[in-house]
Parts: sequence; structure tokens; C-alpha cells
Amino acid sequence: MSDLKIRPIIGLEVHVQLATRTKLFCPCELEFAAEPNSRTCPVCLGLPGALPVMNRQAFEYAVLGGLALGCDIAPLTKWDRKSYYYPDMPKNYQTSQYDLPVAFDGSFEILASDGTTKKIGIIRAHLEEDAGKNMHEGLDHTRVDLNRAGTPLLEIVTQPDIDNADDAYTFCVELQRLVRFLGISDADMQKGQMRFEPNVNVSITTPDGTEYRTPISEVKNLNSFRSVRGAIEYEIQRQVHAWEDDHGYTLANKGKQNYGWNDAREVTEFQRGKEESHDYRYFPEPDLVPAMLDDSAIESFRARVGELPLARERRYIECYGMTQKDCEIILADLPTAELYEAAANSGADPKTLTKQFVGVWNQLASTHNTTISRLGINSEVVADLAKLVDAGTISASAASQIAEHIYKTGIAQTAGVADIAAKLGLIQERDEGRLEAWIDEVFAANAQAIEDALQNPKKAKAAAGFLRGQLMKVSQGKADPKLAGDLIEKKLNALKDGAD
Amino acid sequence: MSQAIENVASALTRIDQIDPRVRAMAAIWSDRATSRAETLSAPRDAKSPLWGMPVAVKDNICTLDGKTTCASRILEDFQSPYAADVVERLERAGAIIVGKTNLDEFAMGSTTENSGLFPTLNPWNPEYVPGGSSGGSAAAVASRMVEFALGSDTGGSIRQPASFCGVCGLKPTYGRVSRYGLVAFASSLDQIGPLATNAWQLAVLLGVIAGHDSRDSTCFDTPVPDYVSMLNEPMGRLRIGVAAEYFGDGVHPETRKAVESAIETLKKLGAEVSEVRLPHTKYVIACYYLICTAEASSNLARFDGVRYGHRTESPKDYFEVYSKSRAEGFGAEVKRRIMLGTFALSSGYYDQYYNKALRVRTLIRQDFDRAFEQCDAILSPTTPTPAFKFGEKSHSPLEMYLTDIYNCAANLAGIPALSIPCGHTSDGMPIGLQLMGKHFDEAKLLQIAHQFQQVTDFHKKRPAICA
Repeated sequence: MSDLKIRPIIGLEVHVQLATRTKLFCPCELEFAAEPNSRTCPVCLGLPGALPVMNRQAFEYAVLGGLALGCDIAPLTKWDRKSYYYPDMPKNYQTSQYDLPVAFDGSFEILASDGTTKKIGIIRAHLEEDAGKNMHEGLDHTRVDLNRAGTPLLEIVTQPDIDNADDAYTFCVELQRLVRFLGISDADMQKGQMRFEPNVNVSITTPDGTEYRTPISEVKNLNSFRSVRGAIEYEIQRQVHAWEDDHGYTLANKGKQNYGWNDAREVTEFQRGKEESHDYRYFPEPDLVPAMLDDSAIESFRARVGELPLARERRYIECYGMTQKDCEIILADLPTAELYEAAANSGADPKTLTKQFVGVWNQLASTHNTTISRLGINSEVVADLAKLVDAGTISASAASQIAEHIYKTGIAQTAGVADIAAKLGLIQERDEGRLEAWIDEVFAANAQAIEDALQNPKKAKAAAGFLRGQLMKVSQGKADPKLAGDLIEKKLNALKDGAD
Repeated sequence: MSQAIENVASALTRIDQIDPRVRAMAAIWSDRATSRAETLSAPRDAKSPLWGMPVAVKDNICTLDGKTTCASRILEDFQSPYAADVVERLERAGAIIVGKTNLDEFAMGSTTENSGLFPTLNPWNPEYVPGGSSGGSAAAVASRMVEFALGSDTGGSIRQPASFCGVCGLKPTYGRVSRYGLVAFASSLDQIGPLATNAWQLAVLLGVIAGHDSRDSTCFDTPVPDYVSMLNEPMGRLRIGVAAEYFGDGVHPETRKAVESAIETLKKLGAEVSEVRLPHTKYVIACYYLICTAEASSNLARFDGVRYGHRTESPKDYFEVYSKSRAEGFGAEVKRRIMLGTFALSSGYYDQYYNKALRVRTLIRQDFDRAFEQCDAILSPTTPTPAFKFGEKSHSPLEMYLTDIYNCAANLAGIPALSIPCGHTSDGMPIGLQLMGKHFDEAKLLQIAHQFQQVTDFHKKRPAICA
């Protein structure tokens, strides 16, 4: 094997569930784990005479997704029926898009495992409806839940531009970040809102220069990043071994084959070969009219997409000194990123802002089970809070109390952040006279600590800290800790000088 | 007793007396219609001439009450949990549905011989077919069980039975009437329309059922004119086109004579009659049967015994739920069309058949666009021959398909077309003439038909069975 040149060829098909309120072709609400068949109507049950009506929101989300993936957007996109019989498919055809997908010919950048950025080509992104769920209960019957039937999905198909499992993994993660950033999908893996189907085969070049290509395996329905990586790694090994056993194991002979992933055993399992492939008998959906977009509409969608998360991350690390961890929070979605940037542009210090986004705002959001972008705050408040901390007007911990207060009273009722700080009694004491009076009080009561600070080098640092802590206690937390620290140090130095 | 109660009582009496000999009704709603008439106590709304009027509805249109069978075994016990848009409109207008009418299974056929229930007989002579697929609606109106009925027209299914039964029938412009709740046969061709005894009644019923419905994406949001008030307006310069392609060798001599005489009548009413050309007419039937079977094969896929409808007893596996339920539930013609359509859409055949048919459809549409530059309406026989006898054509699907030869083009082009009586054969069977119009120009067709009926009385002649 060591003489062989092995190059995996990997493409991905990803289904992303769009975060619309209602289904793709009917007004039924999307709700995870609702009572089976309680979110259904004549349309998604496929009753006789029912007709689909396109959900415009889903279409717009698809356009946003397509643009973010660098795709061209079709000025006219139509619907097609894909026919196959399955009990979870109420009409026994899926309404999808065949030859005129909403988005096509794109590319999407990832940070590859070798440290370079790689562009992965996007063949197309199209809209389609999800099927329901079959619940197999023993040998004699299956129950069908059609709550999921008609859920809008964006199917994204990449070029086979990926050559290792890690990069496929990274692509999926980056795609999840993208759709969440755009707000077009919650991409919650636990709820099956992102599903993956890698297409894998291997180019094998023998020492004499002959190239062989193994049959393409399409691994169906993976629902975790880990399984994407596992299935691809397994397939590469399996295909190389199969070819080593039999050089006739090639794409030309076998075509495309479907495999499933056994998560427990971490192996792929053969499902069907090209002989059993379906004839989907696509034809244009006569019950729907084509959806159209003119250039100006496409441009306004493009403006909404703006700079993508990966590029922003690079810029944030460089310009704002963020870590990747910080970026996870600040790039959670577009409104949060824009909130941050607007605050930074209005003069707040980026480092403090970052600290507060990660600490104050993110904690506030998670306490209240929401996200930063849904806290209902604006860039002015965010910037002012950071500025007050930087100016020493309030303490870092007071910032959290103020944020909580703003969230609870609502932004409309919010006076200036400084006024709130004053009202809550959180303005730090910076009057040197007051501070010195407190210091005198503390020094008078802590002779041992002073002695340690002055004469015991081993304990000097701890003693000074202890004195600062006592001062904060005496001042009931109001003293500006930095200024207080400076003054304590000054006083200790004076005492030291006096002693010498 | 209110007018509504009286109307319904007398319709139900006529149905009782006549229907056993015609078998137009798939279901008779005696109790429901009676109680609805009793509760319809609101003062008669002058704007709704349909208030308190009995109406029959083709049994492929979903109603909340009763069953919606499509005359198919696969739906023999199907009760729709929702009503079609047209049914809601009828009820809002105060109409009273007295029953559902028979049809060829899933509207596939030209005689009602394909009904899974029973065939309907032609009220003029029980040896003759009533036409189809809306044969039940046409026969119910012809025998005056009701004066208003709804049908559906995919390739002549309103106009052809109207012609065979001596009544009036209109297929509206595609998108004029919502298809929501019409069990689909061929989605791009299907349209619900009125059948009635005269053009005035067609105008009344069309006015009620037409209009935008947000539940049907193909339904246009075009204002609905007041068809009734336009009936008597002077027609001004009226140009009627006649196409040689619609007067071919297959036209029965008596049909030809009646239609030619109708042309003379229209000339006396001031119409200018000129030749127009519809050169792609010879491809209409082939094009139509490719498109309608392809769409049908997909539309009927949902009848699988999983959620509703007939399910086979003790299937071996889920595949048999499909194969046996469908084999048992569908009749021969429906199966034939599903197979033809499945074939036409199959990989490797799509371009050769379905795609080519779509391109031909465009040519046919363009024929009409060009013809309507020269005329306001195109006149032809509705059918090449008057009604034929039971069994006469049922041995040959192709011969049967050719009975729709003058009807399918309007569906392919999406234009409105109507049929009105224009004579009777020496055997006393009715003859119909067809008028095809421009998109959304139903008003013009109704106007011509109405004014024709002011000077003729073919539409007034009733079959002996009514006496």
C-alpha cells in the first residue's frame, strides 16, 4: 500500500432545516416533539384536492443561504416533483427543485486542517420539503407521524473538493456557524436540523502511474459532525482494502452505491447499488408558480449577508484582539456581531467590550435562556457600559448588575447607563480624601498586616492584597479598587521610607 | 314556506322520480339539503340569484358533508375533512347542495362508463351515453333535477357532456376558479366550471365560484366582472372565427348542419364571421394525453391505502399495501393512464414525450394568441358527433379519446370555452356548439351565448323524461 498514491475525493450533501415559523407549503407551525400528527393539515397530509402555497420566508432564507455560499441566485426558480413511494411521504412525491435550483455555482471558505484556507465549490443549494417519520413498532406495524412532513429544507451540494475527513468535518461546522450567523437555521443537531450525506471515493495511483477510482459511496443521513468524520475515514479505508482485494472494484464497474452508518459499531453498511437506484421521474410541479427575484432584490439580500463569519473571525482576532472562544459568542449571529462592531465604532474599548460580551451580556442571556441578540439592547447601551468600566466610574462586577437592570426594565425605559449606575448606587468612589480616610481606618485596625507588608518580603504581596480587600469592605464596595490600590501602596511606601 | 324550502323539496322530488332512470346522482343529500333550506331563513339577498337554489356538485369536489368518492373504489368511503373553495362560495351565496353527481373515475373518461359506481344514462335516450366525465352533472341538469351544477373540465369534461345532454357548460380560464378541494386529475389543465340550462344561469354560477383564493397558487387575482349584467350589453363589433381544423371529415353531417345554421343566426345578430387558422390542432390529442397522464400518474400517487381510502386486507409487507390497495382500488382506465403517464416521465423517455408535449403545448397556445388577434371568439362543434350508444367506443381507448378532439385545446391553452345547444338530430339527440374565448374573457362568451339564446330555443327543449 505504501507504494500507492491515495487521494480521497469527498463531496457533501447537507440538509439544513430552515428556521421558519411554518411549513414550506402550508400554514402548519413547526414544533419539535409535538404530539404526533398534531401539526398537520390537508396540505401536508396529502389529502385529495389540497394544494401547496410557497412560504416566502423559506424562499428568502434560501436566497440568503445561497448568497452566503457565494452562489448565483436564479432570477427564476421553479419547483419539481420527485416521485417515490414511502409511507412517510404523504403525496408519494416530494416537492423539490430539479433543474432550476434557487442557488448554484458558489464556493465556501474553510480553515483547512493543514492551516491554509480552502475554497470548497458549491454545486447548488435548493429548497425542498422534508418527509414525515416512520415509527417502526415491532414486526406487524409502523406508525407514521407527519408533523415533520413539509418542513422546509435547504439542500446544499458541494463539489467533490474535499480530500480528508477532517476538512469535511470542518466544512460542516463552518456551515453550521454560517446558517446560525445568518439566522436562517437553528442547526440543532439533536433535533435533526442538520443532516449530512458524504459522497466518498478514492483515487488510487499505482507505481506505474495507472489511476483507479473506487465506486462512490453515498453515506445516508448522518446527524452529527463526529459521524461525518467517522464515516468518511471508514469509507476511505474500506474502499482501499476492497480495491486491494479486487482491482475491479471501480467506479466504472460499480457506479454509485448507498451506505448507512452504524453509529454503535462505527462502520458503514451497504444499502443498495446502482442497479436498484430509483427513477424519480422529476417533472415541473404544476401546482406552484415559479418564484422570481429581480436584480435589485438580489442585491438587497446580498447586502444583508455582508461579511461571513470566517472572515469576520479573522478580522476580529486581528483588530479587536479576540480569541477564537470570544468569536464563538460574538459571531453567534449577525445582529450580535453588528452590535459589537457598532459599539466598537462608537469609541468603546474593544477589549472591554469583548470581556463584557463574553461575561456580562452572554451570562445575562444564558441566565434568561435567550441570546445576546434577543436581549433587546442597543449599541449605545453596550458602548456606554464598557466606557464606564474603562473610566473606573463603575466596577466590572457592577456592570453585570446594571445590565440585568436594563434587561428587566427594557431599553425603552432605560435612561443613560451612568444614571442607572448612580440610581443603583454603583458609582465608584474616586475622591482621594474619602479613600484616604478609609485607608486610615483600615491601617489602624490591621497592624499585623502592615507589619507583614513592610517587613516580611514573603508575605508583603498578600498583605497588601488583604489591605485592599479590607478597604473594599469598609467602603462597602464603593471604592475604585485601582485607585484604592494605588493609594494603599503609596501609604505603605511612605511608611517604609519613614521607617528607614 | 320559504322559497328555498320549496325549491329543495321540488328538486328532491324530481330526483326521486327521475334519477332511478338516469342515475346522475352519486349521493343524494335529502336530509342535509332540507335542513339547510329550513335554516336558510335570511331574507333573500338580491345580489345572490343563487340564494335558496338547489345545486348539484360533481363528486370529485370536496365537501365537508357526505363522501367525496371521485366515483372510485379507492375513495368509496372517503369523507373530506375540509370543503373546496367553490363549495364554500356556493354556501356563502346561499346555494343548497342537494347531492353529488356521478363521473368517470377521477374524471378520466368521456361517457361515465368508467365510473366505479355505475354508468349514468343520457336523459334523452337511455341507450346513449351522457358524455363525461361530468356526465352526472350534465344529466342532472338536462333532466331538470337541478338547474345548476358544478363540473370539472380537464379536456372537455364539462363541455362534451353538456353537448351530449343538451345543456350549457362552461370551462373557465385556467386560474379563474380556485382548484382548492378539486381532487386533481391533471393539475395544469383542471378547472371547475358551471353547467346549467341557459347562459344566464352559467353567468350567475360563474360569478359565484370565480375569484382569487390564496390557497391555490395558480388562481389569479383578477377582478371578477359582473357577468350577469353584461349579458344584455350590445355586443358592438363581434368577430367570430371559424377554423377549418374544427370542421374535419369526422364531423357528423347533422352536427355540421346545426353548427352552420348557428353561424347564420349569429350573423343575423351582427357577427362578422371569418376563417382563422389553428395549424397545430392535429397535435392536440397526442399532446393532451401525454401531459394529462403524466400529471395524473403523479397526482394519483397519494392514493396508497396508508392514510385514507381503500387498503388491501392483510398485506404481506408495506410494498403490498401500495401494490394491492391500488390494484384493487383503481379501475382499468385510471390504471391505463397512470401507466402511460409513468412511462412518459421515465428517465430516458422524458424528453421524447413529456418535454416534447410541453413544447407542442406552447405552439398550440400561440395558435390561439394569433387567432385571437383576428377574432373575439372561435366557434366550432363541441364534439364531432352527437352522443353515441353505450359500448360503442368502450372497446377502443383511442376512439374514445378522439371524442374530445375539439375540447382539449382550450385546456392546453388555458382559455375559456363553453358549449350550448344548437340543434337536435333526427333521432332527437342534442347537438352542441363550442365557443372558445380569450383569457379571462368569459363575459364575451356568455354574452354571445345569451344573445343567441334570446333568438333560439334549442336550450329550452327538454328530454321526454322530464314530462
